[in-house]
Formats: sequence, C-alpha cells, structure tokens
Amino acid sequence: MDALQILVLILAGIGGTAVVLTRRPVDQVIGLSFYGLILALMFFVFQAPDVALSQIAIGAVALPLMVMLALAKVRRDEE
Amino acid sequence: MSRRLRSLLFVPLAAAFLVLFLSATVGIPAVGNYRGPYGDVLNAVAVKERHSTDVVTAVNFDYRGFDTLGEESILFISVIGATVLLRQRPDEIKEKDKEEDDGRHVPKISDAVRLLCLALAAPAVLFGIYVVTHGQLTPGGGFQGGVILATVPLLVYLAGDLRTFQKTTPRILPEIAECIGVGGYILIGVAGLIWGGSFLQNVVPLGPEDAKVYSGGTIPLISVATGLAVTGGFVLLLIAFLEETLQLRLKGKRGSK
Amino acid sequence: MIATHWPYGIAAWLFMMGLYGIVTSRNYVHLIMCIAVLQSSTYVLLITIGYRSGATSPIFAKISPDTPAVDPIVQALMLTDVVVEAVVMALLLSLAMQIHQRTGTLDPDKIRFLKW
Repeated sequence: MDALQILVLILAGIGGTAVVLTRRPVDQVIGLSFYGLILALMFFVFQAPDVALSQIAIGAVALPLMVMLALAKVRRDEE
Repeated sequence: MSRRLRSLLFVPLAAAFLVLFLSATVGIPAVGNYRGPYGDVLNAVAVKERHSTDVVTAVNFDYRGFDTLGEESILFISVIGATVLLRQRPDEIKEKDKEEDDGRHVPKISDAVRLLCLALAAPAVLFGIYVVTHGQLTPGGGFQGGVILATVPLLVYLAGDLRTFQKTTPRILPEIAECIGVGGYILIGVAGLIWGGSFLQNVVPLGPEDAKVYSGGTIPLISVATGLAVTGGFVLLLIAFLEETLQLRLKGKRGSK
Repeated sequence: MIATHWPYGIAAWLFMMGLYGIVTSRNYVHLIMCIAVLQSSTYVLLITIGYRSGATSPIFAKISPDTPAVDPIVQALMLTDVVVEAVVMALLLSLAMQIHQRTGTLDPDKIRFLKW
C-alpha cells in the first residue's frame, strides 16, 4: 500500500469522527458533503472507478441536498 | 430508557462488539493479498462469455442480476414511502394557500450561478445518457448515469427559475420513467424465462467480440431500464422535498400562485 | 499483525463512531447522518477486503484480460448500495419531518409514543 492510500484511509477515519462529533445539523451537512468526497477519492485510489462515480454524485450532491431541504422545512415550521 | 442508562449500557456492549470484530478480522488475509477464487474466475471468463469489458457492470446486471432487481425494488418502495409520507392532505392545502404570501425574503440569484447552471444543464444530460449506455464498456452503468441525469432538474431549479422547473418536470414524467424502469427489468427477466429456461438468462444475441455499444446481450437493456428507474426515483424525491419545503403545489393546473 | 490489518481497524472505528452518534444523539437529523457514517464503514471494509496490491481496476477495455485486477464482486455490491442508501435516507428524513410537524420537536428523548 503506498502513501496516498494510507493517507486517504486516515483522512476517512478523521472525517467520519468529525461528522459524528458535530452536534448541530446545519454544520454537520457541510462535513458530510466533504466526507462523501473523501470516500469517493478513496474508492478511486483503491481501483474502483464505478463506485467512485456513484459516490461523487450521491455523497456530495444528493444526500446533503435532501438533508438541507429537510432542515429548511423544520426551521420554517418553527417560525 | 433514559439517556444515562443508554450511554452506560453502550460502553460494555461496544467493547464486546469490538473484541468480536477484531478477532474476526484476524482470519481475513492481509490488505492487498486478495486470495479468493471467485473474483479471479470472473475476471478471466467475463470478457469472453458476455462480450463486455466492464466486469463490474456484467456482474451487476448479469451474473448477479437477481440481487440488483431486489435493490431496485428497495429503491422503488422507498420512493413510494417518501412521497406518501410527504403528500399534502386536503385540509393542509387550504391553510397553505393562505399563508403563502408571508413575505419570505428570497435572496436574488447571482448571475454567475445562473449562467453556470444553465450552461451545464444540457452537457449534463448528454453526459448522463453517455454513462448509462456505455455501462458495459467503461466505468458506468444504470445507477451512475441515473444519478447524473437526476441532478439536471436540480440545476434548472438552482438557476432561479421556479416556473421553468414546474414546466419541465411535471410529476407524471418521473412516475412513468420509474414504472418503465422497474417493469422493464422484470419483463427482460421473464423474456429470459420464456426463451432461455431461467429467469434473467441472457437470451439477446451477444454482439461483436470487441465490445461495442450494443454488445453484451441483455446488459445494455437492463442498464437503460435501471437508469430510467433511478432517474425517476430521484426526481420524484426532489419534487416531493421541494414541494414540502417551499409549501407550494408543483402539480400543474391547480398551481398555487 | 497490526501493520497488515490496520485498515480493518479503521472500519471498526467508523462503525463505533456511528453507533456512538446514534446512541447519544439529541436530534433526529443528526442521527440520520450518523447512520450514513455507519453505512460507510461497511464500504471501507469491503473495499479493503477486495484490494490486491499493484493490480488495476477490473475493466479490460484496452488491456488484455490476463492482467491482475482487483475483485469485481465487492465493487458490484457497493455500487448498488451507495445509491439505495441515499433513497433510504430520504425516507428517514421524511419520517423526521413528519415527526416534527406533529410534535414540534426533533429530540428523541422528548417524544414518547410508547410508554416506556
């Protein structure tokens, strides 16, 4: 395993911890989007381009979008 | 169960699980020494047997096609569940028509965002169709291309045009796409049953040896069906979430404003 | 042992962090994102199981089918899982939105439908 793979694995571990330990959902969404990109990079470096393609589209766009729309609705209900 | 009790119970149980997990990974070969026979067998025979150069897509839609049918039905059912949960009941609609003009401050969309989104929308459609149809040759397939295609209505919405979004994505189109997707997959399976003897057998002629777009038998057909299903599902989810957040009815004639 | 098996430890660590986030969460939307972290730990485990040092991806478009390649089966498993996970998260988010609409709060400890 070369240096890039080791680095990406450690970054994934740190990123997952950061996503869990952020308590406010509004801040957590940005962390989740970045974590999705790190995962996509990890899939690419470990020779899995198919999975990286779907992870980029889902983890950086679709999932944070839906969470943010849910948060906007919740905040609108509270007003 | 109160929070304290839950957190206190978590620590010993998590420790026990960690011990079990780590003792199980001792038996797995070291990272980088993949030993198992199935992957090597598939890599050796898939190109010759199915005339498709992307072994992952061939595994997804042909060798393990039945599992992919199960996953697609999970997608179908979850989309139905989400749209049913977010439906607007008739008594809710009357309240919302009243509280619509509550003076929500909507920031003006900047010109750079508008230009970028409108310029990217058409190439994204082309790219999505390319990824879906070339699934058996290069990295791609129904799932990836479907998600790329599903971001196009989002780009149209982000360009600031709610009217264009309402006109280009009526709710009936993604519903039809999703039904064609899942139904088409099952019909291809039944065709395999009728002409080949087992469900999802590859009965369409396989095409040329050096792989072209139409080689692979049923693989490109299933890939297109899956792309339609995934696109329809995600666009339906987008419409349901946007409707709920903006408190509008995006359905068509009985439009809110 | 540690030097060769440590990526499995990263998968275990991510699983533990996701579970910890679920158990001690005060907000349903935070809990849903911790479920996403939990699911990504299985991706890390699967992809490190299927990896072979020095091999290339299992796509033989311009290379001969005899070159050593990584395992294609785990990639097929993960591929469908990534897309289906996002849709299931959407279902959970719509549940959370309905809970907020009916009870006015998103705190798991304040909502008691079952009396225990």
